[in-house]
Amino acid sequence: MAADPHDFDVSMATGIGWSSRRLREGLVRRVLMAAALLSVATTIGIVVALAVPTVQFFTRVSPVEFLTGTEWTPLFASPHFGVLPLVTATAVTTFWALLVALPLGLGCAAYLSEYAGRRTRKIFKPLLEILAGVPTVVYGFFALTFLTPLLRDIWILPGKGPQIYNALSAGLVMGIMIIPTVASLSEDAMSAVPDDLRAGARALGSTARQVTTRVTIPAALSGIIAATMLAVSRAVGETMIVAVAAGGTANLSLDPTEPMQTMTAFIAAAALGDQPTGSIGYQTLFAVGSLLFVITLIMNIVSIRLVRRYREVYE
Amino acid sequence: MTAEVEPPGRSVEYQIETVRGSIRDATFRLAMFFSIGVAIAALGTLLVQVFVDALPRLNLDLLTQFPASLPALAGARSAIIGSIWVIGATALFTIPLGVAAAIYMEVFADPRRWYNRMIEVNIQNLAAVPSIVYGILGLGLLARAAHLGQTVLTAALTLTLLVLPVVIIVSREAMRAIPSSIRDASLALGATEQQTVWRHTLPLAVPGIATGIILALSRAIGEAAPLLLLGGLAYVTFTPTGLDSRFTVLPIQIFNWVSRPQEEFRTLAAAAIVVLLALLLVMNSIAILIRNHYRRTW
Repeated sequence: MAADPHDFDVSMATGIGWSSRRLREGLVRRVLMAAALLSVATTIGIVVALAVPTVQFFTRVSPVEFLTGTEWTPLFASPHFGVLPLVTATAVTTFWALLVALPLGLGCAAYLSEYAGRRTRKIFKPLLEILAGVPTVVYGFFALTFLTPLLRDIWILPGKGPQIYNALSAGLVMGIMIIPTVASLSEDAMSAVPDDLRAGARALGSTARQVTTRVTIPAALSGIIAATMLAVSRAVGETMIVAVAAGGTANLSLDPTEPMQTMTAFIAAAALGDQPTGSIGYQTLFAVGSLLFVITLIMNIVSIRLVRRYREVYE
Repeated sequence: MTAEVEPPGRSVEYQIETVRGSIRDATFRLAMFFSIGVAIAALGTLLVQVFVDALPRLNLDLLTQFPASLPALAGARSAIIGSIWVIGATALFTIPLGVAAAIYMEVFADPRRWYNRMIEVNIQNLAAVPSIVYGILGLGLLARAAHLGQTVLTAALTLTLLVLPVVIIVSREAMRAIPSSIRDASLALGATEQQTVWRHTLPLAVPGIATGIILALSRAIGEAAPLLLLGGLAYVTFTPTGLDSRFTVLPIQIFNWVSRPQEEFRTLAAAAIVVLLALLLVMNSIAILIRNHYRRTW
């Protein structure tokens, strides 16, 4: 058959050999696309998984009570469903985390992008990567067994000082955890600033500090803001550090020395109780999860937009 | 020329300004050293603290004994084996799915099409969704709605969805690093787009992809939050026998022990952390070895 010269001619003329390959490649292409579409399915899955029990939750509890109530005792005999204590606790830990992560992360980024030579960069960048790779439960252990006792020992401010479980050490350790995120994204943004701008500033007599603070950082600002948004999103979504070190009781307070329960810590605690499907405890877990998802989604979208914008400017 | 007008470089104001400037320069430099110093000191303190705390329990019992109510008798055997099961299954799902999606996005997806742009933004966004939200997905859809229960399979599928965005992003970067001249040469010689991918782009990108996959899996092995929702905290005194087995993993065992008031359990938690960090060290060393061994400059 293959020896038949007509065979060759036919295939060339009709393109049969080509079309079978095309068919196969089209199939492979669809399989690959299906794998990529799995990510879309994941998002839809998250939304559906959250939405159904959340809607059921809001048929029992009014959204107004949920969002404005100041008492959170969903699993008590006389339950209250005010989510504000969880939200303020999340805000408090996030605030302290950012207070650590933003200046220190930016400092690391400025150093690595503007000052460090190749060799020092080669030492420090992997160290920051290790910091980023430490499991969060280990940070929780560190906050509870090292930082909290330390803070209690050296506390000089008025007041009783931090309790065994407190938002302060959870927040501070979370800040340490987020430093690499801020540093690496900000460094990317700062490295993307064209050298011409730096050279121009140097030619006009600026020192390295002036170039950094007046040229590089302003030029990289949208990237730095994007890094900040992502840092907020990570702090809001962080679970294990607060579950270990911040305590397990809902507490409407801004005093970081007190124990308080964040949204994520509540979800973790409620899940440990193994709530039966359809129970109010189960639905509460999803309602808080939805709130968490919406908050972090907004941060992420803003961050992704900003990253795109600065990329467009310098490419 | 006679120096009738004093050059600005010599004026007192200029010199004061220069001194002020150099003080500010030095302060700024110091602030940056401080930033990086704090980060590294924190890392060092954390590691030393964990090791010192763990010392009394760093023995073979830790690896061979099951959890027990008496800390002296307890070990992390079920958690270690459980972690290996869960991560092994996660790798099994993650590698083909992640690489396939990355090939599609990098080679075939036309970025001008709205659906490809949507997939792209979606992957970026998923990479930043808090891990506990994936736990909610696993609990609501996989464990309860799909009746998979609180098993190794549910945990592995949940972690797969969690790390897929990372795997896709790094695999795409690895493929993008392959010079287009190789692809162009292959296409010019008559290979189809897919022959080019399977025979040239993908094999050349394997070291980068492998590194990315290992790093993603080492993120998964340290994850506790999503697995807490999947019933991972159960007091597990057996090792998994299959994908449909119940399980515990190291981070959850650590969480369990650190949450107990007794000092002995804290020691045990520290020892389990050392085991977890050792596992991470092994995985990361492999990644670095692959990266260095196959590093090519084009």
